[in-house]
Amino acid sequence: MTTKQHSAVLTAPLPSLGTLFASAFAREWVIAFRNRADLANPLLFFFSILMFIPLGVSPDPKVLGAIAPGIIWTVALLATLLSLDRLFVGDYEDGGLEQMLASGQPMFWLVLAKIIVHWLVTGLPLTLLSPLLGVMMSLPGEGYMALVVSLAIGTFVLSLIGAIGAALTVTLRKGGLLLSLIIMPLYVPVLVFGATAVTASIDGVPIAGHIAVIGAMLAISLVLAPAATAGALKINLRH
Amino acid sequence: MSWEWFHRLGSPRWFYEKTTAWLPWLGATCVIMLVGGAIWGLGFTPEDAKQGNSFRIIYVHVPSSILAMAGYYVMAIAGAIGLIWKMKLSFVVMRSAATIGAGLTFLSLFTGAVWGMPTWGTWWEWDARIMFTFILLLLYLGIIVLHEANPSKDAADKVCAILALVGTVNVPIIYKSVDWWYSLHQPATIKVTDESTIAASMAYPLIVMIVAYYLTYSWALILHVRAEILLRERKTRWVQDLVAEK
Repeated sequence: MTTKQHSAVLTAPLPSLGTLFASAFAREWVIAFRNRADLANPLLFFFSILMFIPLGVSPDPKVLGAIAPGIIWTVALLATLLSLDRLFVGDYEDGGLEQMLASGQPMFWLVLAKIIVHWLVTGLPLTLLSPLLGVMMSLPGEGYMALVVSLAIGTFVLSLIGAIGAALTVTLRKGGLLLSLIIMPLYVPVLVFGATAVTASIDGVPIAGHIAVIGAMLAISLVLAPAATAGALKINLRH
Repeated sequence: MSWEWFHRLGSPRWFYEKTTAWLPWLGATCVIMLVGGAIWGLGFTPEDAKQGNSFRIIYVHVPSSILAMAGYYVMAIAGAIGLIWKMKLSFVVMRSAATIGAGLTFLSLFTGAVWGMPTWGTWWEWDARIMFTFILLLLYLGIIVLHEANPSKDAADKVCAILALVGTVNVPIIYKSVDWWYSLHQPATIKVTDESTIAASMAYPLIVMIVAYYLTYSWALILHVRAEILLRERKTRWVQDLVAEK
């Protein structure tokens, strides 16, 4: 994005919330697609890490099928973590974040736009490609629908919670590792309910309850996580 | 009602000077109650019908687990107060609670493992409550690490307060985990509203120990806060005078 467009987005006189959100969203979307390598990294990681499981554990379809729900969910979680590191760092380094704060616009919506784009370019592709991983990991047929649905909702929660960690560590030089350390404990409930939803579906148990819990997590984090993220960014940039 | 005490409470110097007089009394009470409760619990309670003598570790395990969780709220509430009212002292309490909480959580996991071996035949089990207590330890450690990593102590205080508040969602999950996921870990035996399922002769020393742990927690917290105050205020005149006196 050129400087001219940049300033046009960020210094327009008091746009409505809808306009603000739409322009922030458009900006993030363009930036995401200008960095193709960043876009492909989590997906490549997702697939390459899966290779180690049959090699390291066992290529036996029975063994793989039994552990597939948990493994696919864990790898999706790690791939999301990997990409979160860059969520705010680029904007922090080039001063974009300071511009956003100085613009006086509500950070909540700017942050939410960033998180939604992050999910669209990492969580959603991971979800759409997960059936392929299911085949590679000999996932039993009953599990596919549950895998896709739980990942679709769950990865969005992962992006939302992860954004808090990314904001907390944005000014730190070794933020990436620290980000994983502080965010992992918060990811556990999502992983537990996501993976057990898939396992339950394979066992023929209704999964509506599991999906409802992940949905509730999404509802709560959708309201609270952007606020916490915006707060953390404000604190970190004022020092 | 006068709010003067509340404003004075925010002053590290006032806190330091005020607590100097409390410490010997609080310390003596803690030692008496801990020693008394331990002797009563370990020496004078009957043997458990199923677990024999190994149940006696509850006099260490249960209070430390309770304080590990309660300590998280101390930390999170102190962080929230610091964020809202910008109290310096509050962040000092938050940082101190993180260290003490991490220690208590480790103690809880360790004594749980020691208890688990004779009763369940295993040191470690991926049981819901153990797992979430382990997560609690990670949350505490995450806050300590995040605080240490940030070069600006002022920013470190505030970002840690946010992380502490975000992490509070996990504490009720630990608390209810024995009821939600029924597994190896026994469900709560002391209940406030229903009738307890623990024998009175075993419960009374346990209650003494829990109270003793609460007091010891506040003692340790005050000591840690005082040390942290000296460290943070080391450039001020009153701390330098204090050091020169000694």
